[in-house]
This record gives sequence, structure tokens and C-alpha cells, in this order.
Amino acid sequence: MSPARYVSLVWGQIRHNNRLFWRTPAAAFFTLALPVIFLVLFSVIFGDQEWSGYSFAQFFAPAMAVFAAVSSSFSNLAIGVSYARDQGILKRVRGTPLPAWVYMAGRIGSGVWMAVLSVGLMFVLGWAFFDFRMVWDNLGSALLVFVVGIATFSALGLAVCASLRNADSSPAAANGVFLPMAFVSGIFIPLDDAPQWLVILGDVFPLKHFAGPFREAFDPFHEGAIIGWEHLGVMGLWLVFGMLVITRYFTWDPRGA
Amino acid sequence: MPPAVSVEGLTKTYGSVTALAGVSFTVDEGEVLAILGPNGAGKTTAVEILEGYRRADGGTISVLGHDPSSGGREFRDRIGIVLQETGIEVVLTVREAIDVYARSYSRRLPTDELINLVGLDGKADARIKTLSGGQKRRLDLALGLAGDPELVFLDEPTTGFDPSARRKSWAMIEGLTSLGKTILLTTHYLDEAQHLADRIIVLSGGSIVAEGTADALGEGRAFSTISFTAEGADRLPRLEGGPVMTGHTVTYRSTSVTTDLLELTTWATERGVELAGLEVTRPSLEDVYLDIVGETENGGRPS
Repeated sequence: MSPARYVSLVWGQIRHNNRLFWRTPAAAFFTLALPVIFLVLFSVIFGDQEWSGYSFAQFFAPAMAVFAAVSSSFSNLAIGVSYARDQGILKRVRGTPLPAWVYMAGRIGSGVWMAVLSVGLMFVLGWAFFDFRMVWDNLGSALLVFVVGIATFSALGLAVCASLRNADSSPAAANGVFLPMAFVSGIFIPLDDAPQWLVILGDVFPLKHFAGPFREAFDPFHEGAIIGWEHLGVMGLWLVFGMLVITRYFTWDPRGA
Repeated sequence: MPPAVSVEGLTKTYGSVTALAGVSFTVDEGEVLAILGPNGAGKTTAVEILEGYRRADGGTISVLGHDPSSGGREFRDRIGIVLQETGIEVVLTVREAIDVYARSYSRRLPTDELINLVGLDGKADARIKTLSGGQKRRLDLALGLAGDPELVFLDEPTTGFDPSARRKSWAMIEGLTSLGKTILLTTHYLDEAQHLADRIIVLSGGSIVAEGTADALGEGRAFSTISFTAEGADRLPRLEGGPVMTGHTVTYRSTSVTTDLLELTTWATERGVELAGLEVTRPSLEDVYLDIVGETENGGRPS
């Protein structure tokens, strides 16, 4: 098959998954609406605070962008692919000539699409209503962090799916991992005054290494390099771990109750 | 021409359970073969091995010249699979589902033609979640045919259908054979196998216990019934299978109808007796089937 045909197949799968996304209100709500609600609530609550002329949203909108991006990749894949497996949709796909990697690329690509959309949404809402001012200088670094972060959390989302017996436990598993990790990683509240052990705990998980540098890229006070290799390194290790779990445990067959 | 499917000594065990204990058969090009058997006989296991979903433990398998377990996309491009109860994205419309699943085949039947073929014309733009069970199965069939396959696997295509929906499905499947498709069908309905298949394999306890056309399966098995009415049984001839009196009806069970009839009619003619309401009933396929399966379940079941 020609490369153009593969591109067309992947593109078809991305569009297919986008369509499913918009027709599944629960997924759309958790991925897009929840971060918007957080952004609005926190920005209103801390609306009277400012840092040398910058609003709360200057620091919070990028954090919510990462939150939405992880929701689009990690949670969406963990829950969506688990249900597709339980319902026999993956088995049906396996019976067609569609290559397995094209199916997964479509799933992940659709997650990236949603992530880009939600990052844009956070920035535009922050700019329009909460005095977020775009910082353009570090866009390249932010993009690199975003790409590695999305890859890592996509792999981990599929790894969660691979390790679950049935889909009904997938929302609990995905959110049970993601939400505490968000707090430990300082997404909602900065960890400046947190005990040392909590800071170390956050360092072990990949989310802090996604959200930290991504936020710094849009921090007008930040000086020096954005990309610390330790951030990419920790995410890279989790990426490899996720791939190992997928390779070892992922199946296309429903697993029964 | 080599057969479309050829299987030799197929075995599969799950833990200590033998699902298939050395199964061999072939399906010729353009032929409709039905694998018939009770639940748990190994039908689905056998078919899923041929479809490439499962690996056999032993035996040689060739499906359209491929080993299904390693045939990959080139293999799946030429087959159509209609599984039992496979999920689908129910938020899609019928047309959207066919379009997205058909994309990956190198040949494809036009979407409208497929929708028409399975009789979902009025439902093309309906969401799948609004379809009835029978309509969903017809969509499954449409998806299985989307790539214009040479070989179609139908796993219990009408399980759970009402009689009229079954008739319609049968007509559809017969339509496929006129297009020259090879069909391998599993079912636990005898009338379905009899109606659709050129040849039937009866699978029980992981082994083939009978094979042939529906008619040939009946030969020498089970009993035909000879019945007529008479006043009393006292002077009737004694044969191997009777007489049995039920009210005024006399019945003989017979494995060799011609011989038994000759004996009875000779007896009647000699005495000038009229055999009122004389009737010979051939065994139904159901009798034959229960006879075959019952035999293996009582005796030769492999463990």
C-alpha cells in the first residue's frame, strides 16, 4: 500500500474518533467542560490578586491546558479503548484489514486533536475574560514539552486499559490516578509550602514534568531555559514503561466480566 | 482448483478442556458449508481459528491459501466476518458505520448497494442505537460484505430472530451464494443448515460426528415411522419396531422401510385387510441430529 493510502486511513480514523467524541456527551464534558469550569471558578475566586500586573489566570490557564490535554489523551484512551474492547468493537476492527497501528494512531490522533483544541480554548478564554497575556518567546519549548507529554500520557492511558479486566472500572481507574496526581503535581495549588515528601512524590510521577515546564513557558517572570532534561527524562521513562505494559498485556478480545 | 478452506487435524485445548480434538474438513470454492452442533461443541472455536482470531494448538490450516494466524491484512482483505454479538459504535448512523469499516478494504461494494442488499434502505441515516436486534444483525452482515469478500464467515447468523426475520435473512444469504461467494456458517438450527447449506458437518464434543448433505445424514440413522389404523393388535405381524398401539393407531418404527412395508402389505393382502390411513413418515432432520448428538454424548465423547 502506498504511504498516501496509510495517511488517508489514519486521517479517516481520526475523523471517525472525533465524531464519536462529540456524540458522547460524557467524554466531551470531562475533557473540555471540566477544565473550563475550573478555569472560570479559580479565576473568579482569585480575581482580585495580581503579581506585578499579571492576573491569576496568567499562571492558571497553562495549568488547566495541561489538565485538559492529559484528560484528552490519558483518560480518553483509558476509558474509550476499554469500552471499545468490552463491546467487541476492537475485535470487529481486528477482523478487517485495517492495520492495528492505524486504529491506535486514529485514537491517539483524535486525543491530540482534542488536546490542541482544549489548550487553545484555555488560552483564548483566559485572554478574553481573565487577562491572560500570551508569551510567545518560548513557544518552541512549550511545543516540545507538549508533544512528549501527550505521547507519554497516551501510552499510559493505553497501559491502564491493558491492565484492566473490564471497562466498568476504567473511569474510576483513570480518574483515580489522574486527579490525585494533578494535586500532587501542583496543577491546582502550588507546592511551595507542601511537605518535602509530597514534593518528592510529585517528582516521581510524569505530570509535574509536563505541567511544570509548560507553565514556565508562559510565565513572564521566568528566566533561563524552559526544558530541563530531567523533565523529558522522567516522562521518557514513563513512556517506555507504558509501552512495555501495552506490549505485554494489551489484547483486542473482550475479557468477559 | 484448491478448496477455499482446508483443515487437517485441528486441535485446541483450553487448560484441561478439549475444545477441538482433531477436526478435518474442506470447503470448496462457491460452496456453503454449515457447521452444526450444540452449544459448547467447538463451533465458535473452530471458526475463530479460521478467521485468525485464535491460534490452533495443532493441525494444518489453509484459508484462501493463507495461514490465518499470520495472514495479516492481505488475508483479511479477502474474507468477511460476521461474528455473533459484536459491538459497534451505536452513536453512528448505518451509512457512517459502513463507510468507516469499509475504508480499509482494497475492493469495496458501494455503500448504497450494501444497504439495499441487506434491506436497510429506510434506515440508512438512522443512528444504530435506534435499530432493532434483527436490523443490527443485518448491519453486521452488510459490514461483513463491505470488502466484497471471496469467503464469508457467518457465526450463528439468525440466533434470536423471529421466524419472518429468519426467512428474510435466509433469502439474503442465498443471494450471496448466487454471487459465487464461499460461505462457512455455524448454526444450532437444523432447519437453517438444511435450508442454506450444500453440506453439513455435525460437531459434538470437539469432534466431527457426522458429515454430508442433509439427506445423506438421515441414511441408516433414526427411524422412519409406518402407521395405519386397525381394530386390534393381536393378529398384526411382529416386526423389529412394533407394533405399538395408540388407540386405534398402529405404528412401527422402521430402519428399512421397504422391507417392512412389503411384509405388512403382504400380510394385509393375504387377509383382505385394508390398511386404512397408511402413512410413512421419514425421520425429521431433528430426529437425525438428536440421534447423532445423543450417541456421541452418551458414548464417544472425548475427555
